[in-house]
Amino acid sequence: MSAAPVLVLAFGNPGRGDDALGPMLADRLEDWLAAQGRDDVEVIVDFQLNIEHALDLADRQRVLFVDARASGESGARLDAVSARADASYSTHAVSPQGLLAVHEQVIGETPPQAELLSLRGHSFELGDPLTAAARQALEAGWNGLLGWLDVATCRLNVVHL
Amino acid sequence: MYENLETASESIGLQRLAIEPVSRVEGHGKVTLLLDAERRVRQARLHVVEFRGFEKFIQGRPYWEVPTLVQRLCGICPVSHLLAASKATDFFVAGNVPISPTATKLRRLLHFGQVLQSHALHFFHLASPDLLFGYDDPVAHRNVVGVLQDHPEIGLIGVKLRKYGQEVIRVLTGKRVHGTGSVPGGFNKPLSAEERDYLKQDMLTVLGWASHGLSIAKQLYVADEAANQGFAAARSNFLSLVAPDGGMELYHGGIRVKDANGGIVLDHFDYRGYNAILHEEVKSWSYMKFPFLTALGKEQGWYRVGPLARVNNCDHIPTPRAEAARADFMAHGGGNPVQATLAYHWARMIELLHCAEAIAELLDDPAITGTDLSRSGTPLREGVGVIEAPRGTLFHHYRIDSNDLITMANLIVSTTSNNTAMNESVRAVAAECFDGREITEGLLNRIEVAIRAYDPCLSCATHAVGKMPLSIEAVAPDGELISRLVKSGDGSFSREAAA
Repeated sequence: MSAAPVLVLAFGNPGRGDDALGPMLADRLEDWLAAQGRDDVEVIVDFQLNIEHALDLADRQRVLFVDARASGESGARLDAVSARADASYSTHAVSPQGLLAVHEQVIGETPPQAELLSLRGHSFELGDPLTAAARQALEAGWNGLLGWLDVATCRLNVVHL
Repeated sequence: MYENLETASESIGLQRLAIEPVSRVEGHGKVTLLLDAERRVRQARLHVVEFRGFEKFIQGRPYWEVPTLVQRLCGICPVSHLLAASKATDFFVAGNVPISPTATKLRRLLHFGQVLQSHALHFFHLASPDLLFGYDDPVAHRNVVGVLQDHPEIGLIGVKLRKYGQEVIRVLTGKRVHGTGSVPGGFNKPLSAEERDYLKQDMLTVLGWASHGLSIAKQLYVADEAANQGFAAARSNFLSLVAPDGGMELYHGGIRVKDANGGIVLDHFDYRGYNAILHEEVKSWSYMKFPFLTALGKEQGWYRVGPLARVNNCDHIPTPRAEAARADFMAHGGGNPVQATLAYHWARMIELLHCAEAIAELLDDPAITGTDLSRSGTPLREGVGVIEAPRGTLFHHYRIDSNDLITMANLIVSTTSNNTAMNESVRAVAAECFDGREITEGLLNRIEVAIRAYDPCLSCATHAVGKMPLSIEAVAPDGELISRLVKSGDGSFSREAAA
């Protein structure tokens, strides 16, 4: 089975307060895609990004990373991400730009166009519920995600014509 | 041994260096060094943030939620927590009745997939940059992308082994984040013939990758064996599970402890009585406790767990290629346990090969697609589950009330067991590498190399964009800031001199 051309790769720990923002947005998207009968978008959820996710990027035309953000402005923001051979040293996890660089090395191809949708979180302790500010970020992120999907899948349609 | 460096006799007037957080390990750890005016190390400590919120998080929850909830403790080893919790909560469903043979095989398959992917991540992604390029290689190059550029065949094996292990987990548990599979009393989903065949199709390739990875790990160790033997030395006892016949056992067995000379201290001990043999010391400067064997006392009773302990402790490995590799490994100990901290990597890759072989055997076992998956019996109100997680022995202990709600939870994670050893290794590196020398990134990295050998999971992962990776400050004896070394999010370093 060929890969869906669009991938939404959300990550975070649902047991760690606002770190759940990525998985929660992904759950909502999966329900929405099922209701729409769409099969052109695949959703992958994991605790964190790691090197093997480079293989999940293969044969994609557009990728959106979704993650909680621990600093910066409130709400959601969308940023372009390009391959950068950073060390991604802080934990066992790798960054989106690092993952794109790993993809480039492993697959030997230019990585797909990618963006990062980051949602501002405030509390990340084990067992914490989602904060009110994070709920607002989730709503803002949902609207941003739908807008991104419109653009991403519209461009794919043009390409296919 | 450098126990004298745990606490400086007089800390006033010493420079303080802090490495926070330690990179390429999970969670948040911090190393502090106190230096005197001649830059001699007077004190070296690894501080760790522990799971302080866990009991609160789990208390009052119904026991059947526990295997799922504990996966959220850690984004790196959720399957290890799932399996330890499942074994503990089996007692709440089946009492002393063993779970079914097929459920046991499915759990073992899941566990081997988990250990395989975790060891692959550790060796290829986290450790190999130091081992292949050297501790002083530029930090912008000393990472997994550098490995993929310079040694693409090695980097690619790491990525693909990770992927295969994750596929085993995905097939058995469903989704990566909300997956279950293992439940109290057994397993909740059979493995179909199609799923078995899907996992079997890459098996020969996986075995080849595992063998190649092992040969790389051995070559890197023996290429400079004398130096590797002495680096971050921490001569210790070893604790692990073993099978009834003394073989390596990652899923279920009795506790064996060997002393530093290889003498058996404890053998085939029923882990449900762990409280009788282990004591945890509290030190004011760390959230993480310091376990030791009660019978040996805190000075002599600390021990190491994980791949090095398991390979040293077992009499044999029950798969042929890994057993041959174990015999070769043990020959380097000269009849005693191999004590070298950097030998953890070699032992880790022996285990990875064992996992690949064990997965192949299980997929060839007709019982793996059986459908008899659950057992019941007279429920008990207390359960202990222990497994050999990738980083070492993992203990889960719960009690429930008459409403089946959790009233007590106690975990001893492998990193806690290695706490004293990691501190000993940090002190050894600090004493031997730092004394009287200018502090450089390469020297600081030696501290991290020592810690990374244990592959610590210092706390459970909170991953979010914008975390500050590293800041190191050198402060003069009078408290004046001399310089600050900053490791940015992309791994690059910059040094700021004080104004």
